[in-house]
Amino acid sequence: MTGRLSPTAIRSLSVLIGLTAWEIYGRAIHTVIFAYPSQIGRAFAELTRTGELWFYLRGSLVVLALGLALAIAIGIPVGVVMARGATVEYALEPYINALYATPTVALIPLIVLWAGFQVKAKVILVFLFCVFPVLINTYQGVKHTDAKLLEVARSFCAGEWSMWRDLMVPSAAPYILAGIRLGIGRGLVGMIVAEFYTAITGLGYMIVQYANNFRTDRLFVPIVVLMILGVGLTSLLRRIERSVAPWLHVAQQE
Amino acid sequence: MSQHNVGGDPVATVPRSAGRKSPRIVVDRVGKSFRRGAVAALQECSLEIQPSEVLCVIGPSGCGKTTLLRIIDGLIRADTGRVLADGEEITRPRRDLAMVFQHFGLFPWKTVSGNVAYGLRVQGRPDQEVRATVRHYLEMVGLQGFEGHYPYQLSGGMQQRVGLARAFAVDPSVLLMDEPFGSLDAQTREVMQGELLRLWRIQRKTLVFVTHSIDEAIILGDRVALMTHRPGRIKELIDVGIPRPRDPEAVRGSPRYATLRRYIWNELKPEVAGSGDAP
Repeated sequence: MTGRLSPTAIRSLSVLIGLTAWEIYGRAIHTVIFAYPSQIGRAFAELTRTGELWFYLRGSLVVLALGLALAIAIGIPVGVVMARGATVEYALEPYINALYATPTVALIPLIVLWAGFQVKAKVILVFLFCVFPVLINTYQGVKHTDAKLLEVARSFCAGEWSMWRDLMVPSAAPYILAGIRLGIGRGLVGMIVAEFYTAITGLGYMIVQYANNFRTDRLFVPIVVLMILGVGLTSLLRRIERSVAPWLHVAQQE
Repeated sequence: MSQHNVGGDPVATVPRSAGRKSPRIVVDRVGKSFRRGAVAALQECSLEIQPSEVLCVIGPSGCGKTTLLRIIDGLIRADTGRVLADGEEITRPRRDLAMVFQHFGLFPWKTVSGNVAYGLRVQGRPDQEVRATVRHYLEMVGLQGFEGHYPYQLSGGMQQRVGLARAFAVDPSVLLMDEPFGSLDAQTREVMQGELLRLWRIQRKTLVFVTHSIDEAIILGDRVALMTHRPGRIKELIDVGIPRPRDPEAVRGSPRYATLRRYIWNELKPEVAGSGDAP
């Protein structure tokens, strides 16, 4: 072999080796404790065919989407307002620091008390998991707005709304998208935790149910779906991040 | 401050077309310091800018030229003194004053069209008018065909053409230019000077042009305001007296140019020495 392997080839090879080792090792262990890839694949096909997987996945996705949307809709404006006005910043800072530092899981009983066991409580939980990265990144992004461009905008007599639309939000867009990406990661955690601790539905339900029934092969199906979801959404966001600010990457290449 | 006429024969100023009336800008004993008074940028700086004239402001680096321009634009307030436009004090940016920046100041996320349209959109002009105006000014600066490009895809000279078009598009009566060609290479710079002269022939606006190039000041200016080193004030106003329309090459070859250049450099030398940048 003369040429070196491409990064993609190394990655694929590594995964292949890992899966093979898992398959061999998994077959040697009792199926109640552990499952191996081909077995999980069969369970996956089965649950897909019966529609069970899609049914529970849909429930989870709705919660995730609503929570994330709420986090974006609230996190971005609050982040911009905080970055724009020192008074607002100082007034909100203690709350945000306190809530961000508190393990969100600890709030679950309280939220259940307030919002019940259903979708509302789950959405609030996902929102709490997602909102801080979005808010804090937006704040940072707006704070990093080029002072020269702020002066240009002022010179052209831009009003506050135009400052947001034409300058601060586009300038902070890469930060905001990175915040959303981090938010999705945390949101997935929030989603599963919410499904464990409130009304048991969605992918979280599948996990709990199949664990209780010792169906390890089926137990792995929602886990694999969560993994795919996490990887897929994160890489999608990375892609958008790159395309939203092409000038940043040009500057890096030069 | 004294009015000088260098090199003998007075040359009549060329009459300008009567457009919309530009305000007369009066800089009245302006003082400004930074870092809580530790750095005095301007002191007792006074200047009168005539409607539709091209006034070049020249001085050693750090003499407060840019500060003066930012105060005129209303971006920052003077500590003492004031700036008046037709008798009205300038306290914040006005629509009839537009600025062209040395750093171009283009929005990287906006296309060429979007950048040129910026000032008009901020003013809330109707879409149709914005489109027509943008097209007109892009053509004027020779950027038709680049509407959809982003600034990072353009050369420095082309980027500043966008900056010029953006400032012209809001149809200000006064254009403030802060070393707009200062970051361009020598050849591009000369092309852009010619371009600016051409634009000015089409639309005779009041132009306050800050530069540290004596050559540029003579090529472009009706008058040259010479600033002292920090804290800056106007040391002297010099009539250029070279008839328009001007061709940069022809101007550089004229004896008047040589006289002025020598004179300005002699006046500027002690100031550069005073600023600590002396050879």
